[in-house]
Amino acid sequence: MQNDMVQSGLAGIEIRDLHLSFGPTKVLTGVNLTIRPGEFFAFLGPSGSGKSTLLRAIAGFGPRPQGEISIGGRDVAGLPPWQRDVGMVFQSYALWPHMSVRENVAFGLRERKAAPAEIRRRVGDALDLVGLSHLADRMPNQLSGGQQQRIALARTVVIEPKVLLLDEPLSNLDAGLRVQMRRELLALQRKLGLTTIFVTHDQEEANTTSDRMAVLDGGVIQQVGTPQELYDNPVNLFVARFLGTANILEGRVERAGDGVRFVSLSGEAIQLSSAATGTGAIVLRPQNISLTARSTPTTLPGTVRHCEFLGSQMRYLVECAGTEMVVDKPHRSGDQVFLPETQVKLDINAADAVFLADGR
Amino acid sequence: MSQQPDVAARRPTLANRLPAFLFPRLNPVALTGVIIAIFLIGFLIFPVLQVIHVAFQNPSSGTLTLQNFGDFFATSLFRESFVNSFYVSAVSVVVATIIALPLAYITTRFNFGGSMLIQSLGFIPLIMPPFVGAVAMQLIFGRNGTINLLLRDRFGISIPFMEGLNGVILVQSIHYFPFILINLSASLRNIDRSMEEAAQNLGAHGLRLFRRIVFPLATPGYVAGAALVFIKVFDDLGTPLLLNVNNMLAPQAYLRITSVGISDPMGYVISVILVAFSILSLWASFLVMRGKDYATVQKGGGGLAKRDLAPREKVMAYAVVFFILSLVLSPHLGLLLLSLSTIWSFAPLPDGYTLANYARMWESSQGYVANTLLYAGIAATLDVILGTAIAYIVLRTGIAGRKWLDYLATAALAVPGVVLGIGYLRTFQSVDVPFIDKPLASWWVIIAIALTIRRLPYALRACMAALQQVSLALEEAAESLGATKMRTIRKIVVPLMSGGILAGFVTSFATASVELSATIMLVSAERDSPLAYGIYLFMQTPSGRGAGAALGILAVVIVAIGTILSQIIIERDKKMRTSGREH
Ligand SMILES: Nc1ncnc2c1ncn2[C@@H]1O[C@H](COP(=O)(O)OP(=O)(O)O)[C@@H](O)[C@H]1O
Ligand SMILES: [Mg+2]
Repeated sequence: MQNDMVQSGLAGIEIRDLHLSFGPTKVLTGVNLTIRPGEFFAFLGPSGSGKSTLLRAIAGFGPRPQGEISIGGRDVAGLPPWQRDVGMVFQSYALWPHMSVRENVAFGLRERKAAPAEIRRRVGDALDLVGLSHLADRMPNQLSGGQQQRIALARTVVIEPKVLLLDEPLSNLDAGLRVQMRRELLALQRKLGLTTIFVTHDQEEANTTSDRMAVLDGGVIQQVGTPQELYDNPVNLFVARFLGTANILEGRVERAGDGVRFVSLSGEAIQLSSAATGTGAIVLRPQNISLTARSTPTTLPGTVRHCEFLGSQMRYLVECAGTEMVVDKPHRSGDQVFLPETQVKLDINAADAVFLADGR
Repeated sequence: MSQQPDVAARRPTLANRLPAFLFPRLNPVALTGVIIAIFLIGFLIFPVLQVIHVAFQNPSSGTLTLQNFGDFFATSLFRESFVNSFYVSAVSVVVATIIALPLAYITTRFNFGGSMLIQSLGFIPLIMPPFVGAVAMQLIFGRNGTINLLLRDRFGISIPFMEGLNGVILVQSIHYFPFILINLSASLRNIDRSMEEAAQNLGAHGLRLFRRIVFPLATPGYVAGAALVFIKVFDDLGTPLLLNVNNMLAPQAYLRITSVGISDPMGYVISVILVAFSILSLWASFLVMRGKDYATVQKGGGGLAKRDLAPREKVMAYAVVFFILSLVLSPHLGLLLLSLSTIWSFAPLPDGYTLANYARMWESSQGYVANTLLYAGIAATLDVILGTAIAYIVLRTGIAGRKWLDYLATAALAVPGVVLGIGYLRTFQSVDVPFIDKPLASWWVIIAIALTIRRLPYALRACMAALQQVSLALEEAAESLGATKMRTIRKIVVPLMSGGILAGFVTSFATASVELSATIMLVSAERDSPLAYGIYLFMQTPSGRGAGAALGILAVVIVAIGTILSQIIIERDKKMRTSGREH
């Protein structure tokens, strides 16, 4: 059994064609996902997109889903939560108020019938890990939010689960503590090498912590990849909009000489390097557009409507090709500022424009 | 270890391959639910249905008939009893309202120093069963009681407070008005100040404001309280019996069954009428409450605007409160005096004082006390076990028909003690207990079971409330750490509910120990009698009254301690949960 636990850190998760509904309401549809051993993986999506439901299905809570879930090569779909060897940290921490910190942390080991000496040692180790050994004899209601969070973590990792599931673990903390806990969490995960899934609706949290992430919407996985991949190459408008600010220009891409060009609905055209052609939209990030006064084949004409000084950058709202585009310009002292109502040209680097054909 | 369950789950066993309906999957929780349902059907639903059945049955031929009801309404005594019961209940509601309204109004509308006093003393009547105070009330308010002796002395008049039905009305309304006070005060407190201010802003004030806004918003609470008073009075057996008022429904049912016999249909007809009225008033209060959850208090609001009283008003308010509270506390005072008196008869106060009554009570009542501890102990234990199990099944599982367990247990509210007693006599007379050589109906255990059923709705509410306090995540955390459902219930759910369960136990115990109506039907030998029946026996003879009063005081003390204990437990529990929140 001990050997079992040493090995347990390196388990991947395979989800195949998972469907789940609450009564008549379909909540998850056709979920396919591979999470690699030792990976820090994030589920990102707006509220109600099914992140918690998917996480809980992995842990064995909620209605029984159709499809396959396997953890470390073992099919767990029919197993009750207590046989899955999955550690879950709850949004509310769920520390038992009638047990001391030590008893809370020891619970899982007691359930596994570990020897008293071993329990003592491992509980001590787990509390050391989160730096709260001195609070072992407190009751949960005598702890601050951040401390409760760490204890909840210690209680989960002490059983050396195969995977660690975290459902919005930082949402109950105030802003400063959230950043600190985020780093601690990542450091801990790296140290233990635990396969970890982290649920959040906050893209910054997902970007800063995860190796890879899955973006969910309406119970469907939209895209899986590293934070940069998803940001740079979103596969659809939802992902493009959900990760950072996206300017969307609708129109069509057509051949023009050796290259291709994009023609917006209102008729303006620019050169592109896209291979695909057809109708759809291009996605442009605000920092990939620059404002100039000169017209070239890679520029679109526009009118500045509004400008906001954000310190490190200047943010412009520019009316262009029938829509409003956001353009960010890094700020240096002495830079030229384009005042509202100025006519400008938006210079678009062809390589930075992502073309999404219709229906994506 | 981790590989075992996997293999078991994959290899289909014989049972897995057969259609599921052949093997309904009875996990331990579902099995528990089935056992509880059988218990409730056996000891609540079946006996009551039996009573109803007999009421509609021709006693000789056994065919279904309405003849019994015809006979009932053809008998003048029964007609009179029916009218009396209705009259007494209705007037008791009115008198209880007259007592409760000023108290509720004063405490919720004014900054009044006496509010705390009302809040605590107002509930005292509930810790004494009404029949216990009845005799003491006679000594104070009766024809030759303290008040009338003084009145006759000074003014040559006497007022028939306790004559016939008046006595029942007085005792009952003094006893049960807190139900109205509690519910009415709660609704008044739940009205948000902004509701009132909005009305004032739109031009309403004074009486008009009260009639248009405050009164409609407080109505559901009032009706709930009033309906409860109505049923309690309508069903009560002990008070009329002790006051020797027999021309009411519950005493008639009791007397018919005990004197004419268990095959006489009249007792059953009365039972059906009692149940029908209970259901009717519960239903009426449900209708009024439905969709009218008027808890309008918003953040930072908090009840109607309170204003300070002018000095003159303050004096008046104190006078009213003092008058009402002294009326309300008179049974307790009277009982205490009676228990300490040598002789108290035809005199405003006892002739002399002694502790002899307590000594006598103690000598002759140890059996009663021991029986009470046994019965109430069994009832309260069963109640919290059933309550916890039902609460868990209803709130935490998806077992089909789980709501029905709640309905079954709660149905006991609509069954008066007399009816349950008659149902047990009828149903279990023919069921012999193995090895005892006695019918179940006259075995002492049946008394404990009757008490269990009677107190179950209240214990169930306590357990439900306790379970609702336990967040689901606390259970899931245990399961994900390796605890099975049953282990989770044992190590997490029950310990976290323990405060609420304990409070439920104590309340059930205290109230079961003074319950008379079902008990009085089921006691078959004095040896098996509990305390409430002991008091009843003592009070039958003038010479036994002193000791009876002493036993009554003991009962009041038991219930009072129980009530206070359960309050302390609930408060302490609340603290454990909330003190960690402010971070
Ligand atoms: N117990 C439940 N019963 C019915 N619907 C539910 C239940 N839990 C969640 N849902 C629905 O499932 C959807 C996904 O919920 P959830 O997984 O909690 O979203 P997220 O965690 O992404 O905010 C929501 O639309 C929600 O309304
Ligand atoms: Mg969620």
